[in-house]
Amino acid sequence: MASHHRLEMKGISIEFPGVKALTDVDFSLESGTIHALIGANGAGKSTLMKILAGAYDTHTGQVFLDGQPVEIRSPRASKQLGIEIVYQEVDTALIPYLSIAENIMLDVLVNNMGGRQWVNWPELHRSARKVLERIGVRLDTNVLVQELTLAQKQMVLIARALAGDARFLILDEPTAPLSNTETEELFRLMRDLAHNHGVGVVFISHRLPELFEVCELITVMRDGRRVAHHGIADVTKKQIIELMLGHRFDETYPKHKVEIGATLLETRGLTAADGAVTDVSLTVRAGEIVGIAGLVGAGKTELCKTLFGAIEIKSGEIRLKDRPLRITSPHSAVTQGLALVPEERRKEGVLVDEPVYVNLSAASLGKYCGPLDMINQRSEREAARKAIKDLGVKTPSEHQVLAYLSGGNQQKVAVGKWLISKAEVYIFDEPTKGVDVGAKQEIFELIGALAKQGKGIIYASCEFAEILGITDRAYVMYDHTIAKELETAQTTEEELLFFSTGGK
Amino acid sequence: MKATATPSTANWVGSALSFITKWGTVLTIFILVAFFSILMPSFLSASNLVTILRSISIVTVIAIGVTMSLTVNGFDLSVGSVATLADSLVISMFVWYGLGSVFSIVIALLGCLVVALLNAFLIVKLRIPDLLATLSMMFIIEGVAMTYTGGGSISEGMPRLDGTPTFGKLEPVFRLIGQSPTIIIIMLVVVAVVHVFLNYTKHGRYLYVVGGNLEAARLSGIPVDRYRTLAYVLATLFAAFGGVMLGSRIGSAQINAGAGYLMPSVAAAYIGFSVGGARRANAIGTFVGAVLVGVLENGLVMMSVPYYAMNIVKGAVLALALAATYFRKR
Repeated sequence: MASHHRLEMKGISIEFPGVKALTDVDFSLESGTIHALIGANGAGKSTLMKILAGAYDTHTGQVFLDGQPVEIRSPRASKQLGIEIVYQEVDTALIPYLSIAENIMLDVLVNNMGGRQWVNWPELHRSARKVLERIGVRLDTNVLVQELTLAQKQMVLIARALAGDARFLILDEPTAPLSNTETEELFRLMRDLAHNHGVGVVFISHRLPELFEVCELITVMRDGRRVAHHGIADVTKKQIIELMLGHRFDETYPKHKVEIGATLLETRGLTAADGAVTDVSLTVRAGEIVGIAGLVGAGKTELCKTLFGAIEIKSGEIRLKDRPLRITSPHSAVTQGLALVPEERRKEGVLVDEPVYVNLSAASLGKYCGPLDMINQRSEREAARKAIKDLGVKTPSEHQVLAYLSGGNQQKVAVGKWLISKAEVYIFDEPTKGVDVGAKQEIFELIGALAKQGKGIIYASCEFAEILGITDRAYVMYDHTIAKELETAQTTEEELLFFSTGGK
Repeated sequence: MKATATPSTANWVGSALSFITKWGTVLTIFILVAFFSILMPSFLSASNLVTILRSISIVTVIAIGVTMSLTVNGFDLSVGSVATLADSLVISMFVWYGLGSVFSIVIALLGCLVVALLNAFLIVKLRIPDLLATLSMMFIIEGVAMTYTGGGSISEGMPRLDGTPTFGKLEPVFRLIGQSPTIIIIMLVVVAVVHVFLNYTKHGRYLYVVGGNLEAARLSGIPVDRYRTLAYVLATLFAAFGGVMLGSRIGSAQINAGAGYLMPSVAAAYIGFSVGGARRANAIGTFVGAVLVGVLENGLVMMSVPYYAMNIVKGAVLALALAATYFRKR
């Protein structure tokens, strides 16, 4: 039906302050094919696709459409070439209180109105219905987007992409939040678009079985480079895992020998109210660092937050030192001896507009209070200075506003807040995210020191090298539950990735 | 990232700008005082300065209430109506029921406490955005106050609407609250106590932490709902206390007597944001804001600007204060 097109990226590089995100990457996409793009977190998949979508204008290299060089420096330029992208966070791209029709036709309403001032409602709905029909989705175009399920929202976004006559469609991890039947529905749609309408589809996913089910070609990325490009029939899952991991720049992990004691924390059948965590049973012993491995979207963060009372618990039990805990809120978790260093540091972990000492005492202010709950400022500042020294936070003084510290130093403050508060079990959620190598080492040291004091540590990370480097035992999460328990000493990155990608 | 706006890289324009945002309000007060006293030498007389302080006392106490709600990044629009309700309650206790000062004041405050809990319930439990929740409460309380007084005013010797004669008197002690210097001292004590509470106690710190980043506060184990409730309860109690002061000042309960205090209180609290570089709602800043509003109002009255034109100026001052607060945030 549609004519055949070929989109080629050649020698694409891009740098962000301090990081070379992409180095000399080639990528090509043809009409009528579904092309898998895979790589570990931070490999550069999303950055590469964002360049195609016109999100950046600082990259070098060339893009060709049907052999002709084209410039993609703005989202508009990208759309004009017929490239559409559906980002992972569907909610950021939709306007919740507008109808499905308006959301689907948004680009038309914004860009193609020309001199027209009036909206032709019947035509708008007709066009929207036509697009929905084309992708075989039955939705009433009058319904407001805020009433849709996540899967339906994704369909609306895909419909919007197609309303602008997309020749190329990029789907960035669309299946992560979907159920099995919804995923099947999405695959049916992808195949239909590619094979019957000649759309070139890029499919980014961490789930290997899915890639093998629906894709024809696969490109593997690692550390900002393209490391392989194959027909999917020519490779095995094992080969892809090896390609993704490659030979990494070796980091050293300071692992201390620690006597492991009695069971500290235990959960049985822990299930979160919104289904983000289902039926999790785990144990953490004194002095033990327990890893929670898994890819983005596997439910690690949700598990951490459920343990900490930040997500409501539906069923299951949590015991600390053989006493049942009743955790109803983070406040109750803290008073019962748990501590959480959350993943989204700036949003959840620290107070960026407050000075260092306020951050350090935020979880334990009661300790510095005298009569009438007056804060003893001297002891608060003194403790802050001591913590700054112990943690090696690089800051001119305890009065420095946190926003001026580097990511690694902010993270040390986020950890330090809990060291002062003296918990029994410490939960770390991706503590090295956005942290430089030196600060990483120091954070590992901190965690090791806590284990040495007989604390229990839960360490959630999608960096398998870290899981292998510092944990004693690891649980692998897939699809919101624990898929496998492994002894760290007897496992490999390949095995972790195998179970993380749905291997059985 | 580091290159943006660290203090050391700011040039002199930047530091002049930051000086103005920090001390602009205080500077403005001095300029206004100088301006008014050149035009009208009597402006600077001791008695006029006391008049200004007396006139801002009630605004300041109500504005402290608004400040409380602002610390948790909330907003309380119902303070004016609460002041009206407190005024009606306290005067009716004296006039209708012949109660003493302590009972009358305590009952007025307790009555308003119910409002506070309702506010907190709407905002914290039902999760209605604070502005809208307190807007609806503003109307409800206004109606409650009016229904309670039967749509009229209350003063000594005035019979109730159904014709029942009243014999209660306002006690001299109660009258004292509204006279200077007592009313000024009360205001200063309130400002000082709240300043200490917000800056030197655990609870004040937690209020700011909750206001600064709700999620981070929650994940630090701070019981955020409890502190947000506390903020709205304190906001209403200060507004109610302002209403009691108002009752004492005018010696009667008037329809919607507190409504006029909403705007200057909000202005004072927002003007206070930037004072001394605090960048957040604070007691001293609110006081300075109230002084600014008071000086302006007093000077304009002395210059015989008609009362009905006054709102133009007051509104403009609020807009300026908000501009100073939000413009810097970008």
